[in-house]
Order: sequence, then structure tokens, then C-alpha cells
Amino acid sequence: MSTETEAAPAPVPPAKEPERRSGLPSWAVQGLVSLSAIVLALLVGAILIIVGDEQVQKAVGYFGAAPMDTVSAALSAVGEAYKSLAVGALGGWTPISESLTQATPLICGGLAVSLAFRTGLFNIGAQGQLIAGAILASYVGFAWHLPPVLHLVLAIVAGLVGGAIWGGVVGLLKARTGAHEVIVTIMLNYVAIYLLAWLLTTKTFQRPGRTDPISPIVDNNAQYPKFGDTRLHLGFVLALVAAVFVWWLLNRSTIGFELRAVGANADASRTAGMSVGRAYVIAMVVAGALAGLAGTQQVLGTDLPLTDGVAASVGFDAITVALLGRGTPLGTVLAGLLFGALNAGGLQMQLITQTPLTLTTVLQAVIVLFVAAPALVRSIFRFLPKERGAGAVLAKGWNG
Amino acid sequence: MKKYVRGTAIVGVLTLAVAACGSKPTEENAGGSANKDFKACMVSDSGGFDDKSFNQTSYKGLQDAVKEKGLTEVKAESKSDNDYPTNMTAMVSAKCNIIVSVGFKLEDATDKAAQANPSIKFAIVDSAPAKPIENVKPLAFNTAQSSFQAGYLAAAMSKSGKVGTFGGLKIPTVTIFMDGFAEGVRYYNTQKSKNVQVLGWDDAKQAGLFTGDFEDKAKGQNNAQNLITQGADVIFPVAGPSGLGGLQAAKASNGKVNAIWVDTDGCESAAEYCSVLLTSVAKGMDVAVKDAIVSVVDNKFDNTQFIGTLENGGTKLAPFHEFDSKIPADVKSELDQIKTDIISGKITVQSKVQPKAS
Repeated sequence: MSTETEAAPAPVPPAKEPERRSGLPSWAVQGLVSLSAIVLALLVGAILIIVGDEQVQKAVGYFGAAPMDTVSAALSAVGEAYKSLAVGALGGWTPISESLTQATPLICGGLAVSLAFRTGLFNIGAQGQLIAGAILASYVGFAWHLPPVLHLVLAIVAGLVGGAIWGGVVGLLKARTGAHEVIVTIMLNYVAIYLLAWLLTTKTFQRPGRTDPISPIVDNNAQYPKFGDTRLHLGFVLALVAAVFVWWLLNRSTIGFELRAVGANADASRTAGMSVGRAYVIAMVVAGALAGLAGTQQVLGTDLPLTDGVAASVGFDAITVALLGRGTPLGTVLAGLLFGALNAGGLQMQLITQTPLTLTTVLQAVIVLFVAAPALVRSIFRFLPKERGAGAVLAKGWNG
Repeated sequence: MKKYVRGTAIVGVLTLAVAACGSKPTEENAGGSANKDFKACMVSDSGGFDDKSFNQTSYKGLQDAVKEKGLTEVKAESKSDNDYPTNMTAMVSAKCNIIVSVGFKLEDATDKAAQANPSIKFAIVDSAPAKPIENVKPLAFNTAQSSFQAGYLAAAMSKSGKVGTFGGLKIPTVTIFMDGFAEGVRYYNTQKSKNVQVLGWDDAKQAGLFTGDFEDKAKGQNNAQNLITQGADVIFPVAGPSGLGGLQAAKASNGKVNAIWVDTDGCESAAEYCSVLLTSVAKGMDVAVKDAIVSVVDNKFDNTQFIGTLENGGTKLAPFHEFDSKIPADVKSELDQIKTDIISGKITVQSKVQPKAS
């Protein structure tokens, strides 16, 4: 949940400050800032690795006698850790497929948050929408028995519907009563979590012969086909398709224009004759469906039965992914891939160098912290040109 | 000028201090490296190895085995349910000789890896495959037996005639403690013709008080306070770290309310609450894990389920510590008698969630 507090202080740069002309297009500037944030995060991570490393601690004990020992121990600790992180994420087809598998639900969840961002809504509820989608998709997956293709399609549709309902309720409440979406989505997260916990104690959902809260695994026919011997599944392709769809929706369709207009200035849009309420409902229904898609990827893609931990922290990580992706579909895909790679690499890193898994969480958090505070990054890397409208999208969510 | 002198002096002193700080140690040989090639591996569930509860206790078993036999330790922590298959695959490719999975949440991942890799041995804590698998050893614990003793002790020590318990989640590995506790209290009532009540768990209806998770201390404190308000003066929290809140509530009562801890000896794992702990129901996961690993090292592995009982010491009442002098001698001897009777079968513990030998 820490992600929310990091998101909050996203500053809007003072408008009157003289612009430093760079000649670079804004996407290049944003890319540079993101890249610098990653470098800074790796430096912070390096310090943590050095402080926590046993060899270094031993060497510091006799620093006066052989100072170079401390330095070389520190360098080798950092080098080994980051090397295994890189190898675990990118070193061959299997690691890459792991990274992509981990990235899949993050991309869809990130899109769910991004789309709402662009409409001026801060969707903290991806977690609940994901769970709602996972519940329905999983039920159709294990309780029905249908021929191939048809079964998978119906299970996916069920997941989309589940998420869309959970998100749509938020949009409807916002449009009709003005209930703030942050409060409503957080509360609906709890409702989803406890609904899931209760369902898993019922005969309908609990796996026969088991006494702990776990559902049956979905039928083979309802599972996403896998690529070769890996865990990577068709859901990844769907995530990319979803990203293209969101891009088309936002940038090429009339509805998308309305969504962005409402996101930029709800009052002006209303004056211009647009229905702000309709935009909120549409945005939240589509966002919910996207999160529901992430839910199907959990239960139909990675062999996971429905458990109380089925959503892991995907719904919350999705907020950070969307922040890092600046609310754009392409950015969200790239951010999702980065986080997926960090997750997959982190597992390998702890195995080889026994670096705690929490380090990757720290890396992710620090990256987002720096991205959300571009002024901070620019004060460290002086050569970076000023970013136009940086953080505007991120801060907008709170104005809705 | 003065400033510079002082500065130089400080630098000088610091240099001396650093230089004095020990010399470089010579390379030493680690003892007992007989089986360095043997990899003993462990995968945690999403609680992580620092949960002060069953992941941590199981990990201690791994460390003990590694120390005793000079093995190589590999451990993988899971951050979420997503990580189980990945960690399991990683352990297989790390060429582990035995992989210990901690908790029923890893059952699916363990079964799958075990069937795909018959040459690797597996052990799983608190769970068992639906059908026995050749290379998977389930480690189960009949904590109902020791909780039966705990219930008897609680009833004997209660002044108000009411004792209370609450759980983390309503799952068998939790309710087994509560079942045994309730039965122990009932046994005390029939033996002594008393009417001590159990609040927070009805073992006939299998319904009671739960915090809903194993992390939130505040919920544990609320639940315990609830029981105390209803008159309970001995609390038995079965909720991992969340149960620590129950101990806080007991400590805040200034001696009116006492508690019994679970899984580990509370006077060691949560020493600050030792003053309110009558005893603890210890669950010997460390011993079971260690034995499973050692059996593979010694080529004596088998897949029969290990069940920790009072008889084999896999579960037991921990020492009374600060209450040693306050618990009457006849109660202590009655507890010993109960242990003997449970082992001999004279007392049958009824709980339906007790692990059965397969």
C-alpha cells in the first residue's frame, strides 16, 4: 500500500520557471528521466546490498589493516547480486519467458489504472477488480466442462465481466452521487478480499478433499495455451492486444477523446456538452475489465488455483506500473516489462547470492519515487532538460 | 588556528582507532564440510522466513541439519503465491538433493515438481499430497494432544472459571489447537466436577473467534480484550504474529490474565511476554525438518508421513518458566499423567482434524 503515499506528493512543476530549451521531444525527455531514476535506484540498492553483505561486514572489521578488502568485498557483492538479477531476468529464453510471465498481469493491471488516470480518476481498486475477475473466470474454468477454445473464451469473458462490474459500480457511484472513487475503490478491495475468503470456505469453491481455502484447478480446456516448455502463456499476447486497444480507445476514438477531455478538465467538458458521468462510467467499466483480464491471467495462465493469495499484490503494483508508465499504454507496457523482469530476476538473485527478495521491492519503490519527483532527479543529473508538463497526468488523478 | 589543531587531533585519533581495530584474520577452515556437495533447500510460503512462526521454525530445522552434517544451504523466500512454481523450478535447476516446502500453500507446486523429478527428495510441512508420492515426505503434527494438556492446565489455573481462545484463520492447522484445548478443559471438568467454560471456540459446532489473518496484532488484541471482558482469565491465541496482540492484552491486565503461546516456546521467541505465559504448545517443525534432511543424507529417506506426537516429542508442552513455582505440584503430576494416558490410548483425543497415519 506504500505506493499510494509515494504517488501523492507528485509535484506539478511551477509554470513560471524559465524553460531550458533542449530541442528533445517530450517522450525522449521522459525516457531520460525514467532511465536516470532506474540508475539512481540501482545505486541505492547497491548501498543496501553492501550494508547487508556479510563479507563486507567482516572486512570492515579490519578496515584499517586492509582497506582494499572492504572495497573489493563491496564491489563483488554488488556485482554478483546485479549479475544474477540480470541473468535471472534476461539470461536466455527461460528467464526471459519468466520475466514476460511476471509482467503479464502487471501490464493489464497497469492499463486499468492508466486508463482511469487519463479520465481523471485515481483507481486504487485494480486489486478488487482483479479478484472479482479471477473468481468468475476460475468458476467457469473448473465448474463447467466445455470443448476447447469455447471454454477458454467463456472463462475469459467471465473474468472481463467480473472486473467490469466491480469497476463499473465505482463509476456509477461517482457519476450519480459524486462518491470519491479513491474511497469507494479501497473499500471494494476489502469487499472482494473477504468475499473471496468466504467463497473458498463454501462447497462450491473449495477443492474436494482439501480443508484449506483452495479451489480446484481449472480444466485444461480453459487454460491459456503455453509457449513451449515455459510458463509463458497466451495471456501475454492478450495483454499486448489490450495495450493497443487502450491506445486506440484513447487516441483514435470519439469516446477516448471525451475521456481525455474529462480528465483534463471536467468542468470545461461539461460546458462543452459532454456527459462527464458517462465518461466516468465508461472509464471505470473498461478499467475494471482490464483488471479482470489480469485476473484471468492469474487463474487461467499460471496454474494457480483460486486462493486467498491469488491476486498477490498485482493490483497495487499496477499503480506503480501506471505511474512509471506516465499513464500511456506504451509506457505502461514498458514499465510492466521492467517490473516483471525485476520480479523474475529477484527470485534468481536470492537463490544465487541469497540477497533478500525485498531488495527488488525497494528498487521498484525507489524508481517510482524518483519518477514521481522529476525535479529531484534533475537536481542530481544536471544535464537533463526540463520536462514539459511532467507529472501533470499523475497529479491529475487527485483533482477528479 | 585552534580549529585546525582540533581537526588534526580528531583525524589523528580516528586513524589510530581504525588502525587498532583488529588485523586481517587468516583464512580459517570451516569445520564439518564433509557433505558440501549436498544441497539442502527450502522454499517459504508468502509469510517469509522472518515470520516468528512456522516458516522461521522450519528454517531453524534446515540450519540445524546444515550445521550438523556440513551441508550447503539454499533457501528461497516467496513474496506471493505467484512465486511458488518459479521458486520450486529454480530449486530443481539448482540441483538440490532435498527440497523442503513450508506450508500447505505449496502443496500443488511441490506435487508437480516431485512427479517431474523423481530423483529429488521432497518434504512438506503441515500438508500431504492427496495420494502419496514416492519422493514426498509429509510432515504433520498432532498438536491436539499437547493442546489437550494446555486446556487442562488453563482450566486448573483459571480463577474466574472461564478460559478463552481465538484463531487466525479457520483452517485445520489452527483449529486442531483449539479443538484439543476445548477437550482438555472438558476433561478437567469431568475429572474435578467443575464447570470451566471455553469462550471463543465451540468444538462441536466448529465455530468460534478468528482474527482473519496472521499479521494484524491489533485484531489479536481486540479479540483477546473481547474474551477478557467476557470474563476469561487464561487466553490461548492461535494466530501467529497476530496472536502477539493477545499477549499484549494479557500483559496489560497486570497479572489478572495469563496466556498460553503456540508453535514455539513463547519465553524464547517472544521473551517480553514471558511473565504472562503459563506455558506454550510447542510444535517441533525444526526437529521434523532436520530429521527429514538428515534421513536423505544418510540414505534412509522414506515417504511415510511423519506425525509429531507427545510420544515422539514432535509436539509437547514447553517449560513453565516463571510459573514453575506457581503451578501446584499435583497439577503438574496430573499433566504428566494425561501425557502418559494419551500415549497409551487411555485418553482418546476426539478432534477430527488430527493427522491420520496413511
